[in-house]
Order: sequence, then C-alpha cells, then structure tokens
Amino acid sequence: MIWIAIRMLTGDAQKFFGLVFGIAFSTLLITQQLTIFVNLLERGASGVYNVSSADIWVMDPVSRTTDVAYAMPSTALDKVRGVPGVEWAVPHIRANASVRTKDGDLEGVAVIGVDDATLIGLPKNMVEGSADVLSRPDSVIIDDVGTTRMFPDQSPIGERLELNDQRAVIRGIADAIPSFTSTVVLYTKYSNALNYVPGTRNRLSFVLVGAEDPAAAKTLSERIERETGLKAQTREEFARDGVQFIIDNTGIPLNFGITVALGFIVGVAIVGLTFSLFIRDNIKQFGALKAIGVTNGKIRRMVAAQAGLVGLIGYGLGVLGTVGFISAFSSDPTFKGFYIPWQIPIISLVAVALILGLTGWLALRSVLKTEPAAVFR
Amino acid sequence: MSAPAICTRAVTRDFQAGQQTITVLHGIDLDVKAGEMTFLVGESGSGKTTLISIMCGILWPTQGEVKVFGTDIYDLSDDELVEFRLNNIGFIFQQYNLIPSIDAASNAAVPLMAQGMDREEARMRAVAMLEKLNIGDQAAKLPNQLSGGQQQRVAIARALVHEPRLVVCDEPTAALDASSGRRVMDLLREVAVAENRACIIVTHDNRIFDLADRILVLEDGVVTHDGTEMPEDH
Ligand SMILES: Nc1ncnc2c1ncn2[C@@H]1O[C@H](COP(=O)(O)OP(=O)(O)O)[C@@H](O)[C@H]1O
Ligand SMILES: [Mg+2]
Repeated sequence: MIWIAIRMLTGDAQKFFGLVFGIAFSTLLITQQLTIFVNLLERGASGVYNVSSADIWVMDPVSRTTDVAYAMPSTALDKVRGVPGVEWAVPHIRANASVRTKDGDLEGVAVIGVDDATLIGLPKNMVEGSADVLSRPDSVIIDDVGTTRMFPDQSPIGERLELNDQRAVIRGIADAIPSFTSTVVLYTKYSNALNYVPGTRNRLSFVLVGAEDPAAAKTLSERIERETGLKAQTREEFARDGVQFIIDNTGIPLNFGITVALGFIVGVAIVGLTFSLFIRDNIKQFGALKAIGVTNGKIRRMVAAQAGLVGLIGYGLGVLGTVGFISAFSSDPTFKGFYIPWQIPIISLVAVALILGLTGWLALRSVLKTEPAAVFR
Repeated sequence: MSAPAICTRAVTRDFQAGQQTITVLHGIDLDVKAGEMTFLVGESGSGKTTLISIMCGILWPTQGEVKVFGTDIYDLSDDELVEFRLNNIGFIFQQYNLIPSIDAASNAAVPLMAQGMDREEARMRAVAMLEKLNIGDQAAKLPNQLSGGQQQRVAIARALVHEPRLVVCDEPTAALDASSGRRVMDLLREVAVAENRACIIVTHDNRIFDLADRILVLEDGVVTHDGTEMPEDH
C-alpha cells in the first residue's frame, strides 16, 4: 500500500514538483531568514570572536562591549597580572578615529592597538602579509571589510593614511569578522595606537587575559573582579553581552524579528496549503481504498509516507538552497563569516514536519470519519 | 436449504436534506440467496443504490440489522468492518474511483495488495482477471488511457480479483449499448455466480431482465415484488 501511496504522490509529476518546490521554498525562507537574523545579531560579538586567544576580557566596570568601553589607567594591567591563575595579560586599546585618505576623503575607523611584544589582539589569520609587518614603523593592518570599503578596486598595501596628524602605512590585510556596523578596522601596535588616537591620560580599553586553566576561566574572572575591582568577563559572557547590546539598542530584533516571523508564517502556510490541496485532490481515492478495505490506520500510514517523502526531499533542497545562498554570498563583506547554526535546520525541520502532520491529519479527517459510500455518489 | 447470503431486517435509512429528514428505505426485509444472480430493479430515486450500499457495508442503516454470510456487519467495529469488506465483498459502483497514477493491472490488484499479497503476485493475478474480462492487453495502461467501458472492466476486475463471496454491481449496463451490456452481464455471471457466492445487480435496464435468476422490485423504499420474473405491470 505504501507503494500505491508513493505512486499517488509522484504519478502527476507537475503536482509532485509543485509540492516539493513549495516545501523547498518554505524551508529556504525559514532557514535563510533565521540564519541571517542570528548571524546579524552575532555581529555584536565579532570583536570578541576576532581575538580568539583571550580567555577573559578585563575592563572598567562601566564598559559594556568591545565598542562601548571606558578607558582605564595603565596600572590596571599590573593589577591583573598580579592575580593568581593569570598566565598572561596584555593591554588592548580600541578607539574610534577619523582617517584622511590619500584622495582627501574622511572615513571613520576603529583603531585597535595590540600588545607590542606578543601581538595578541590581532585576528588569527591574515589575508595578505603577515602579522610581523607591525614591527616596521607606522605600520597598520587593515581588515578585509575595510579594504572593500576604502579601496574597492585596488590593493591597499602600501597606501598611506593620516591619523591624528600621524602617518600610517597599510602593510597587511587581516581576515576578520566584520562588526555590526561594518566599520573599517585598523590594527596597529599598542604604542602606535596611543599616537593615532587623540585622548586623555587613560587609554587602556581592555586587558586581555590568558588563564592558566582555560576551563576554569569563570572562576578566574570572578577572582580578578574581587582582587582588582575591575569588571572581568569570560569570552563567552562578553560575546553574549555584545549580542545583548545589539538587541537592547537597535531596532533589529523587533523589525527584523517581525520579518523573520512573517517569513516563517508564509513558509508554513505554503507547506500546509500545498499539502492539504494534494490530499484533497486524492480524497476520493482514499475514500475508495477505505471502502474496498483499507483501514484508517493504513490510510494514515500511506499519507505519512507521502508526507515523509515529499517533506524530506523538499526540506533537503531547502536546506541545500540555504547553504548555497550563504556560500554564494560569503565573499561579500556583508555576509562574511555567516554560518548556519545547527539549531536552525532543526527548527525548520520541526516546523515542516509539524505542519505536514497537522494538515495531513486535518485533510484526512473527513475520509476517516464519513461513510465510505459518500465517494461513490 | 442453506442460510441466506444476505439477510436484512427492518432496514431503514434517513438522509438529512437541509431541515428535512427524508426516509429513503422503509423497513427492508430481504433474504438474498447464494448461487443466484439477483436483480434489484426500480425507478431512479427509489433507493437501490442506498440499499446495496448498506448491504455491502459502506453505508450505515438508520435502523435495522444486516447479516452478510451470518455476520451482523454493523455490529462490527470500524476496523473489523473494513477487514470484513476486504475479505468478503466486491463492488462496482457507477463511480469507479480508479487511482489515476497506477496502471490497470495495479488498480485491479488493489484488494490483493491491501490483503498483504506481494505486489508482483497480486499484479499477476490481476492480469489474469483482466484477461478473463478481455482487456488483458490494456493491463499496463493508466486509467485515463482507457475508454469508459474499459475502465468499467478494470473496476469489475478489482471487485472480483480477490474472489469475494458477495459481489454487488450498480447499474453495470447503464452506459453501454445492448451488446456490450450483454457481454458484461455474461462475464459477471461467469465469474461472480457460484455456490456459496452471491451476486446482486442493480439495474433499471429492461434489456437484461431475462438474465436474472431472481428479481426484486424497489418502489419508494419498499420492496414491492419478489420473484423469478418481472411483474406483469412493468
Ligand atoms: N447522501 C445523501 N444525502 C441526501 N440524500 C440522499 C443521499 N443519498 C441518497 N439520497 C436520496 O435518496 C434517494 C434514493 O437515492 P438512491 O439510493 O441513489 O436511488 P437510486 O439508486 O434508486 O436511483 C434519492 O432521492 C436521493 O436523492
Ligand atoms: Mg442509483
């Protein structure tokens, strides 16, 4: 009987492909929208993710994210280094500046000063050049998004910039996850950054900490807070704070959330409608089968097989489509580093399965309840 | 004398038409014998289709009792009745409801597959039945590639393939010319009439009345005649 069910499903190729397409499209819609939503929010944590070696971020108690930080006196570094369990601690500066390009354009940039000796604070990978270029005078490394923004059609290597009346030469391109606002980022040595960023006495934005036991980072961060009076967040906590900041301070969650919800509803409605239309098309045949002698249980199993087959194919194509979409745009800075969190395909699978089950059940109810004679009238 | 194949007692059936309740059958008491071809004859609207639907277990009587080969079929649970139909009853209604996406042989094989028979074997038996009905060469065609008469034969094959003990056929000749009608009736007699098996044909086609072993006349939901010939006044 399952064979008959599958034939009923695939017999009319046009309807079958319509059904598969409907489910694939809806899965794509749901998966893709949720993926973009989550990745966009995660951009709030890109500053943390780009410094993968730091287990703990130490900051002024009022600082909130990598981009919303209040500077500390440089003595904070020694205080942190004195806390037991700290393997290493390095200074980290993050500040905004305006940069004048060769053509005289003004661009807002983020200047990130990394530890002179260890270069901790740089993204792990480089697109061009090596991290060592920072040892040459006036060197800065630009991030790849900054490259596409400031130097759309040329290589930035060797370009000169003017920062706070100081000369800066771009000598490398870093492979970094862009920030929520896709600001151009210039990495340089901490000592250089002090010159590039106009400011007051206190300049130290963060102290980055490596823990002796990274697994016990949480305990260590609490000890740092107790002993220094500063705020210390583990990498995960600080990443979450960055995302939460976006949620609290932008219209993204509400505005885009509504769009995502609409996409979800539209997707679910398409799946439900196409599948219940399919059942309705075949209602007489199911009725005739019941009259001949196929039990309700077997008819349910037939419909479940149909839903399962069309659902899996459609869902698979939809997820593949999302993967294709994300990878097709991965070179575009807007989508750089986008990934599909594993929870999202599961959410869309559950949504597709639920709606197929529900509409199948609703559409079948009339067959299962009424007297079989009805189909022969 | 053996027990009747079908036995109805005080069977009534009401339909709801808007606010009104119309009673289509008014207390039918019938015994249908095995080994005969029984005709159920009557004007259009007299309740023939309703009565045979009740007899073959796909329409519930409002009141009364129906025994098919000794089983009180409306006393069975829903699933038991479905099983009973599958193993004992074959029917051909005016709507064939063939499955459009499987070929003639597979359509005819549906009852066997529903009984759990292996698909290939079921198909082989169905092809043999189609051959008996002279459409063996159409076995691999889809229903929409067949003429109306051929589709009817596929429906007949589907009704007979599992050798049910009761075969019910609603107006088999209504859409056919005289000679095709006769051929279908001959076929039905050949394959459906046997000892221990019962066959009921609903018709108002007077061209074939002579083929009946027994004729029942239904008028406005009441059986008004029961004999081997049509009554004089018809
Ligand atoms: N499902 C139904 N709902 C309402 N009325 C029905 C239904 N089935 C049959 N009837 C009515 O019952 C009467 C007898 O119908 P039917 O048994 O089909 O007669 P016949 O087969 O003798 O032409 C008709 O008047 C018909 O309109
Ligand atoms: Mg009728």
